[in-house]
Amino acid sequence: MTRTLPVVNEDEVLFWKGGADGKLHFPQCRQCQYIVHPPAPVCPQCYGRELGETTVSGEGTVATFTINYQPWVPDMQVPFTIAIVALNEQDDLRLMTNIVNIPPEKVEIGMRVSVVFEVCDEDIYLPLFEPMKVSV
Amino acid sequence: MIVGEKMTAITGSAQSAVGRRLGRSGLDLTVEACLAAIADAGLEVKDIDGLSTWPGFAEQPPGFSPVGAPELKEALRLKLNWHAGVSEAPGQFGSIFNAVGAITAGFCRHVLCFRVLTESSSAGKASVMGQGERVDGWSKYMVPFNALSAANWTALFAQKHFDCYGTTREQLAQIAINGRKNAALNPKAIYRDPLSLDEYMESRMISSPLCLYDCDVPVDGATAVIVSHIDAAADLRRPPLRIEAIGSAHNSRYSWFQFDDLATQALRDAAQMMWQRTDLKPADVDVAELYDGFSFICLDWLEQLGFCPVGEGGRFIEGGERIALDGELPLNTNGGHLSAGRTHGFGLLHEACVQLWGEGGARQVGGDPKVAAVAAGGGPLGGCMLLTSSQ
Ligand SMILES: [Zn+2]
Repeated sequence: MTRTLPVVNEDEVLFWKGGADGKLHFPQCRQCQYIVHPPAPVCPQCYGRELGETTVSGEGTVATFTINYQPWVPDMQVPFTIAIVALNEQDDLRLMTNIVNIPPEKVEIGMRVSVVFEVCDEDIYLPLFEPMKVSV
Repeated sequence: MIVGEKMTAITGSAQSAVGRRLGRSGLDLTVEACLAAIADAGLEVKDIDGLSTWPGFAEQPPGFSPVGAPELKEALRLKLNWHAGVSEAPGQFGSIFNAVGAITAGFCRHVLCFRVLTESSSAGKASVMGQGERVDGWSKYMVPFNALSAANWTALFAQKHFDCYGTTREQLAQIAINGRKNAALNPKAIYRDPLSLDEYMESRMISSPLCLYDCDVPVDGATAVIVSHIDAAADLRRPPLRIEAIGSAHNSRYSWFQFDDLATQALRDAAQMMWQRTDLKPADVDVAELYDGFSFICLDWLEQLGFCPVGEGGRFIEGGERIALDGELPLNTNGGHLSAGRTHGFGLLHEACVQLWGEGGARQVGGDPKVAAVAAGGGPLGGCMLLTSSQ
């Protein structure tokens, strides 16, 4: 899939390139443990200025989704699924993303998903999500 | 509570030619609308002492905002006590809210507010994000996932609403069908042929659950209104339309995907604020002109402005009778953005003025409407107003 990649500013390296180890990482307030996304130099909950890092499970839920049918730019392969995934660790920790490895018409709100990374140029690891594998 | 907007009124309103590929410059259209609005108010150019626009000149996306305040000031050699062309505001009516602030602060008496788009002439350079080398800024957490259009972003809210409340495409269709019915009575509308429910249901999907008819049509056109201090409004050409209340609040995340309730949008907070600033109630509203850049946004405004309970919007508009020209809440009487074109909130504001002045012609709402609700914006943008013609 053709994609327009983000400019990766210094404070965003953790999110856009951190997936190299197969995991999702975010800045986290050292004082109240609030996970801050997108990155900011302050915790919006306690206004603490000391931010560390945390690694999350990469698991979450499809909060909502849409199947895009319109080829907005040349070479766009449609249809595909855009979703907002709410991560398990924190109520308001959400990502806009794509749901992959499942036909678009099978995606549902409330579906449990886990992160899978698409490796792009310049070591950018895009966090996409796929249905959770059922464990035995 | 101080409700400063009650000291202001709309005294003139006008629109340029509106159409597909007019082949005219943005400034040409802007001047046409602005001179007409000044004349409509019974003012002269020299009476204008303030100038306000949203979002100001923007190079991108193409045709989105081709004229800024300085360019118009130069063209008309305006002598101004204050001006602003700012993009960071609670929606497209940010220019009006700023004008109200400037007037109540005593900077100005008559502020010219305008919005111009030439997105039709700029077509081909499609209005989607992220066609550069790399994306940065507010859309960088969406564009890499090929969520390039506001249609995608709005569809996410719509799908959540469908899931939470059982809203259906058949219900949502009524926003588009109602707009098209009204457009048939508006000579300036773009699409005037009737739209059936079958045609809607069979049309191609853009971004589920939004189909082609849920998305508005880009046009070329300018709209201008004059906002005046009430003391300077009394002896003008038209009865002033008082700004009874403004809603401009924004209390949650500034984001298309991190708003606390994904079945609504930032407009929720704006709507709530507006009703806190007036004794009027939703039942007092005679005509509603609510942003329909995408049909779902209009449904969301209907609910959050209290015309029906939250979640009941689909059932409220089902069949279309309630929102028809002769219904209990005539909605988007000029055809809305879906059928009359993307004038970005200002076309609806102009239409509210037309209706309150009783000049709607074939589409005039009966019963001498006195209170209009107007609203613009979706996603993180949202602003609304009540206008009243009663003294
Ligand atoms: Zn904190």
